[in-house]
Amino acid sequence: MMVKIEEKGSVILIEVKEERLDAHNSGELKTQMLNLFEEGKNDIVVDLGDVRFVDSSGLGALVSGFKNASARNGNLKLCGLQPQVKSMFELTRLHRVFEIFPGAQEALDSF
Amino acid sequence: MNEKIEVDIRVPNQTRYLGLIGKIGEDIARTLRRYKGDREELAYHLNLVLTEAMTNAIRHANEDDPKKEVHIVISIQDENLNIKVFDQGQGFDVCAISTPDFKGLDEHGRGVFIIRTLMDEVTYRKLDGGNVLEMIKALR
Repeated sequence: MMVKIEEKGSVILIEVKEERLDAHNSGELKTQMLNLFEEGKNDIVVDLGDVRFVDSSGLGALVSGFKNASARNGNLKLCGLQPQVKSMFELTRLHRVFEIFPGAQEALDSF
Repeated sequence: MNEKIEVDIRVPNQTRYLGLIGKIGEDIARTLRRYKGDREELAYHLNLVLTEAMTNAIRHANEDDPKKEVHIVISIQDENLNIKVFDQGQGFDVCAISTPDFKGLDEHGRGVFIIRTLMDEVTYRKLDGGNVLEMIKALR
């Protein structure tokens, strides 16, 4: 799993540098997020701009991150969703759960 | 002329092959000459149902056993697309799984809902030495 993790002030920006987020690699994203939570970094933006395909395991990893952030009084927000990826959030009603922004800057500015 | 395609693939019981099989599903959607709907949407959906069905076979039915394999048959005849995913395990009956609780935030349980939403007919039955998940979509 290729990710780029950057500190943007008090918020962490995770750019997922994979074309697919599925059962093969989503566990690694979950682990990366858990490591950040353990370091006390509870405000996260996940940029999915490079992700062309997401399955239910990929969605599950993001739900896990969202729940962990919320439990620690933080927040996990998403940005850069390609149309087909966005349709997956709508199909599973998860677009009502996550705050979704067009780009990383808008997401970072919302904290 | 009738359009008939049949693809028969066997891969080891490992999630690293999900991308390969999903891509084959996408490519098949793009070759359908007579399909009048949104071809790119169909490509994504075939990638998705293949990925979800294979993940269930690998993780649940075949219990992550690397010595087992997953066998996939994709066939198209005229207006019907048929996908069969054979496992070698004790079974994972997708038809017995209920719709997820959309208000809850479960990390699991959306895969079967996705398969049933995107395909017209879904059945799961026992065979000698395993099971088969059969998914049918009418390509209108």
